[in-house]
Amino acid sequence: MIADAWKVAAKDLRSEWRTKESLNAALAVTVVLLLLFSFAFDPGAEDAKLWSGGLLWLVYSFAAALIVNRGFARELPNDCLEALRASPIPPGALFLGKAFAGFVLLLAVELAALPAFLVFYNVSLAWQAHWIAAAFALATWGIVVLGTMFGALTVNLQMRELMLPVLIYPMMMPALVAAIEITGASIQRQAIPEIWLRLLTGFDIIFTALAVLLADVVLVD
Amino acid sequence: MAEPLVAANGVWRFFGDFAALREVTCSASDGECIALLGPNGAGKTTLLKLLARLAKPQKGSLRLPAPECVGYLGHGLGLWDELSARENLRFWANAYRAPASAAETWLARVELDHVADAPVRQFSRGMRQRVALGRAFLHAPDLLVLDEPFTGLDARSVTLLQAVLREALARRATVVVSSHQIPEVMELATQSWKLERGRLQSGVTQSGVTQ
Repeated sequence: MIADAWKVAAKDLRSEWRTKESLNAALAVTVVLLLLFSFAFDPGAEDAKLWSGGLLWLVYSFAAALIVNRGFARELPNDCLEALRASPIPPGALFLGKAFAGFVLLLAVELAALPAFLVFYNVSLAWQAHWIAAAFALATWGIVVLGTMFGALTVNLQMRELMLPVLIYPMMMPALVAAIEITGASIQRQAIPEIWLRLLTGFDIIFTALAVLLADVVLVD
Repeated sequence: MAEPLVAANGVWRFFGDFAALREVTCSASDGECIALLGPNGAGKTTLLKLLARLAKPQKGSLRLPAPECVGYLGHGLGLWDELSARENLRFWANAYRAPASAAETWLARVELDHVADAPVRQFSRGMRQRVALGRAFLHAPDLLVLDEPFTGLDARSVTLLQAVLREALARRATVVVSSHQIPEVMELATQSWKLERGRLQSGVTQSGVTQ
């Protein structure tokens, strides 16, 4: 299954690299929103350390919606999704491949926009950097896996660009809250609360298992 | 007698309350070419999607070969426009566990090896259809499910499609093909299935129609 998933992910990443459709849009939205918020709030204020982590993940969640929206929508022209479903690639592997590609793309956007965040808000994430790295990876996977699952459900809806964020934002709240708490703790140079890392891990395991198990039902008519 | 490769037994398929297929019972064995005929809305595409495992029957049973032994060409071409013809065929060869050389062989077979590295979006409709033919045939499937494959093809591509279908039948593959271009299909068909409002009329054996 992992080998099949990797084939799909490699194909998606190659396609995205050629068109840069979601990559450019997500990166532009992320940087512009970070810049606008830096004017709306006072980044020099002491309480910026309290709210800037939340703002960062809010902006990342907008970028995530753009990226996961393209995951299955990419397969609609030329009925590629139908051809994939008729192929021996198991639905679970197809889903995982989409999630791998989305993870790489969202993580790339997050890392590319991170220097802008650090500069605009005059904060540092160097404190307990290994835990921050783990939190970024876990939260990004959780958000992408959830978004990809709902992306598969909404791929044939006419209003999918509107429906997907409406469906995924309430569901991704636990992952977002955990990522915000961990990022906030690092910015404020406090001990990283272990409970949030555990919550992120549990969120990822539950939704990954659920999505792989339900892929057959979601993708086969 | 060997068991048929494909067998449907009392298959029903609904869209809401509408029965698109009604108690369809049919079978096809190795080396047979089935012409699936019928007016628009008769249920041809629905039956082909069932044969390609894109949908499941809601009543009745269906016997099919494993997915890696099926080649499906639907209304869409199943190609990514931003990838080259070679990248598309390599992906599908990989997906169907066919050797990587199958992509090169089929690029040559559909006479597109000279533009193999150009993105498919730059191709004409006929060239795209030839790549899609390569996609459906490159893993030498035991069952070929083709939905209106002759539509929009120029004379050269029709000849190519007929040639690759003949080759598939010669290696004892089973072909189920729907088409409104009846002469082209009947040249190859050994049997026809006629659908009317989702119901399969009695199959007509095309005795005397040879490959």
